[in-house]
Amino acid sequence: MFKLEARPQPSRLMSCASPLIALAITVLIGVCLFIWLGKDPVKGLEIFFVEPLKNAQAISELAVKAVPLLLIALGLAVCVRANVWNIGAEGQYLLGAVAASWVAMQAGPGTGRWIVVAILLAGVIGGAIWSGIVAFLKDRFNANEILVSLMLVYVGQQLLDFLVYGPWKDPDGYNFPQTITFLSVTKIPRLMVGYRANIGVIIAIVAVAALWVFLFRTYRGFQLQVGGMAPAAARYAGFSSRSALWIGLLISGGMAGLAGALEVAGPMGQLTPYLSVGYGFAAIIVAFVGRLHPVGIVFSSLLMSLFYIGGELAQSRLGLPKAMTSVFQGLLLFTLLGCDTLILNRLRWIGVGKPKHSEEA
Amino acid sequence: MESWALQAAATLNAGTVLALAGLGLLINERAGIVNLGAEGIMLMAAFAGFATGVHTGSDLMGFLAGGAMGAVLAATLGYLVIWLNANQYATGLALSLFGSGFSAFAGIKYTQEKLGPRPHFEIPGLSKIPFLGTALFKQHPMVYLAIALAVVIAWFLYRSRSGLVLRAIGENPESAHALGYPVRRIRLAAVVTGGALCGLAGAYLSVIYTPLWVEGMVSGKGWIALALTTFATWRPGRILLGAYLFGGVTMLQFHLQGQGVQIPSQFLTMLPYLATIAVLVLISRNPAWIRANMPASLGKAFFPEG
Amino acid sequence: MTELRLELNGISKQYPAVKANDGVNLRVTPGQIHAVLGENGAGKSTLMKIIYGAVRPDEGEIRWNGKPVKIRNPHEARALGISMVFQHFSLFDTLTAAENVWLGLDRSIPLARVIQRIREVAEEFGLDVDPLRPVHTLSVGERQRVEIVRALLAKPQLLILDEPTSVLTPQAVEKLFITLNQLSQQGCSILYISHKLNEIRTLCHHCTVLRGGKVTGEVDPTQETNASLSRLMIGAEPPELKHREAHLGEVALAVKGLKLPKQDPYGTSLSGISLEVRAGEILGIAGVSGNGQNELMAALSGEDRRSPEGSIELFGQDISHDGPDPRRKRGLHFVPEERLGRGAVPMLSLAQNTLLTRHESVSRTGWIHKSEVLKLAESLIQRFNVAAPGPHAPAKSLSGGNLQKFIVGREVDAAPRVLILSQPTWGVDVGAAATIRAELLELRDAGCALLVVSEELDELFEISDRLVVIAQGQMSPSIPAHETTVEQIGEWMSGLWPREAAHVQA
Repeated sequence: MFKLEARPQPSRLMSCASPLIALAITVLIGVCLFIWLGKDPVKGLEIFFVEPLKNAQAISELAVKAVPLLLIALGLAVCVRANVWNIGAEGQYLLGAVAASWVAMQAGPGTGRWIVVAILLAGVIGGAIWSGIVAFLKDRFNANEILVSLMLVYVGQQLLDFLVYGPWKDPDGYNFPQTITFLSVTKIPRLMVGYRANIGVIIAIVAVAALWVFLFRTYRGFQLQVGGMAPAAARYAGFSSRSALWIGLLISGGMAGLAGALEVAGPMGQLTPYLSVGYGFAAIIVAFVGRLHPVGIVFSSLLMSLFYIGGELAQSRLGLPKAMTSVFQGLLLFTLLGCDTLILNRLRWIGVGKPKHSEEA
Repeated sequence: MESWALQAAATLNAGTVLALAGLGLLINERAGIVNLGAEGIMLMAAFAGFATGVHTGSDLMGFLAGGAMGAVLAATLGYLVIWLNANQYATGLALSLFGSGFSAFAGIKYTQEKLGPRPHFEIPGLSKIPFLGTALFKQHPMVYLAIALAVVIAWFLYRSRSGLVLRAIGENPESAHALGYPVRRIRLAAVVTGGALCGLAGAYLSVIYTPLWVEGMVSGKGWIALALTTFATWRPGRILLGAYLFGGVTMLQFHLQGQGVQIPSQFLTMLPYLATIAVLVLISRNPAWIRANMPASLGKAFFPEG
Repeated sequence: MTELRLELNGISKQYPAVKANDGVNLRVTPGQIHAVLGENGAGKSTLMKIIYGAVRPDEGEIRWNGKPVKIRNPHEARALGISMVFQHFSLFDTLTAAENVWLGLDRSIPLARVIQRIREVAEEFGLDVDPLRPVHTLSVGERQRVEIVRALLAKPQLLILDEPTSVLTPQAVEKLFITLNQLSQQGCSILYISHKLNEIRTLCHHCTVLRGGKVTGEVDPTQETNASLSRLMIGAEPPELKHREAHLGEVALAVKGLKLPKQDPYGTSLSGISLEVRAGEILGIAGVSGNGQNELMAALSGEDRRSPEGSIELFGQDISHDGPDPRRKRGLHFVPEERLGRGAVPMLSLAQNTLLTRHESVSRTGWIHKSEVLKLAESLIQRFNVAAPGPHAPAKSLSGGNLQKFIVGREVDAAPRVLILSQPTWGVDVGAAATIRAELLELRDAGCALLVVSEELDELFEISDRLVVIAQGQMSPSIPAHETTVEQIGEWMSGLWPREAAHVQA
């Protein structure tokens, strides 16, 4: 029988090992799932972990999906570290895309390449406005940010639907709910000809570095995290909880909006109602699996991207529902939270049959 | 006149889903646990209830399956947050994400299925009363059960000793532990009960209210139910009131659409979500009032020593 | 030899970091008032929790009325006849006194009967309790009476009281002792946990002394002196403090008729608080906790910025709306009561914790110079003798005393012109407490103005030049410490200071 007891100090080793153990457990459950569904588990694992890495084209596709996850998760990590629970990144992502689309649709024959900058900026602003509403309502009226940010996801989706079914519908689009295809001048520049991966990759890498510096080298970043860890200590020190709220939400909203702009002016090239594929929610998992650390999030976003591509492949190759991706994502976060217990606690063997001490009667 | 009666009946019906889930979450939160997994639990239970209904042909079995699914999922959440001390918010989110993914995954076979002919209920005698009969007395028994449940929970919380213990634990688990109450087990019991009620709400949604299975069909009702607990300042009667209020808002959108009001349908669909935000803003404006009503240990971890 | 009520043999309890109890033996006879003496961290509380079933020992035997027993939880303890009054009360604020008592009773008796029994017991022992009032409306003393009534309602044969007097006025302590003696005469044994030597010598029949989890002595306290008890408790004579003549300077901090409505529904409103602290003196604020100390501290530190314009002045300048940081820039530093979570962030390292109040290592652009942060933390650890593995150690890994030395050191090292401290030695071992007090006196001699809030009257008398008392959000006039007595301050703590003198500037 094992007993769970507090460690004198948090374990650094477990802090890094826990996501790996969680991944192993998730894969194990995945194998069982494949067997249960009558599919070859080796083939299943291959589709999820080998196929998406087999050549340059595949890796480019991996990056296409990892970039939005990475950007959104970085912002969410800042938020969670400030103990602000923004779970509506999906809505901020959509609004970023909407704002970016509006700019993209203004392009005409004489527009220069500078418009890409304006599109990205619009994305940031769109996302930040959506999360700014959350910050405002929390700051001014103390309204719970978890619920408000989530409600705004639904509102954002309806707003998007309204635009593409209504005023922004392509007049020559055979009545499909979508905007015009954006002019090629608005297209986010690609890294290499023939591959869909674009400069979003570079933006994401810069963002990782910038947020690392912000969190661990600047006083502002320090203040924000103290507010998250110990609100009373932040008040004592004189760090403003309001500014932590606003900074956290504006950064995460802006990053989500940027991801939306990159997506809509990148691989999509037009605004459709099917923009939302759950990146905003998956990014919550990415942030936690990446230990809320910018470098950790790089790895976890790549992992989550594998899940996305694996899910698509499993659909086309094995005829499994695409939702398998979200099953794995949810499982991963679940097992991770369980394994994280071992960071602050350790298991101690207390012999067979002895009653558990830590138990109340 | 008759159309208003039908409107009232539909409001009660729509409010029942929120009432059941809201009452369940109220029990959770009275014990000090926030369950952000409500949305996922309701989706899983909606799927389980519908699938069971399809296979057994029995609505009752469907409800049982939904409730059991809710209880099992909530127990998982409870184990993680109560014994392993995992963050309540993160764990609840994990459950919501997992629930929406798994229900979509497993439910794909059921999107084309239909349940047998839907039963029709009316209370003999009372249902013949003009207006009121149509408005109030032709409902599914679950509608009345939800009301009865609110009464029972109110009695339990404020009149019974066990309810006093539950409130005491939600307020100060350390003291309750010092007095020798098995804080963690009671919290788990509350979480499981609350989960079962959320599950029942999900099953009612897919078996009676809609009645069909669509991916993501709970569409935020779990989150709205969470907002209801704040709106109700953690009181059962007000949960009921809030649930019908939101049921009314949901019905209003269909009503307006039916009346051919010139508002794009998307804006009508937004209504319940905007209403939730509005309600949260109104109710939370006074932090002192919230603090005086909120179970003091809500969302905080409790880890007994020794 | 009379039969023993309670006998502990070789009780041990190991926690991950410390051995809280190490082979402890304890013998309590019926009707005996038995003191368990030891300083903070000596293992008293763990031992009591073991007797009460809240913690289980790793080794050892418990005999109750001669028979070996296993006490697995507080229910079983109460069934045997063991009741406990907790140091930090185990009461529920939103419930009434009667409901609180009801929760502590095992047999299912109706609430109406509980209310009646409360009235009977309150009558018998002269414990004034209104069963129908919600606990959050009660004073600390009243709350303790609720706890005691709850314990007595179970008709205990052994009553455990954990540091019961730390929250009482001296007069209330006398009343408590009358009740306890009455109980003892009826045959109820009492385990009295304390670190206050005077109380133990007046009240108790027998005394077991703990140090570092082990029994270091069993004595008759009436035959001992404070010094001899202290030697048993800390293994040495209590260190003497050096007092020098005060050299008063200008008025450093002045509070003028500060009125502040409470923010928290369970808090206290401040009504017209006035005081002055001069450079080179220590002003002590006495009072029963919960009388507005926290609210006053928040207003003075800048954590609460709602103070009316002109009500708080620092060297003649209005600071009432300034936050903590601007106040620190003007030389006002503050050490809060809660070490973990307020004075320091538990999960962060000592080095990072310096950044809460010290900005020397932060550049104008907001860049943190890591090496300088480490250097500062290292110098604090050395200068103030903090037992810590190094500047990277997380705050929560330190013992209470060492963390407090670090926090006080962090503020002292900033060379403040005004230093405000709340409970500077609360829960701190005697050695660390002496270091901290000496440090404060040195700061005073260097011309700093100090304001100290403490529940420990002994401490206030030891270090203060002048004393004021806070009661129900009001403040008494000040009185030089050598002109007053514990009795007088005790009376004032109930709000009974001469009102006609109240207009005199404190």
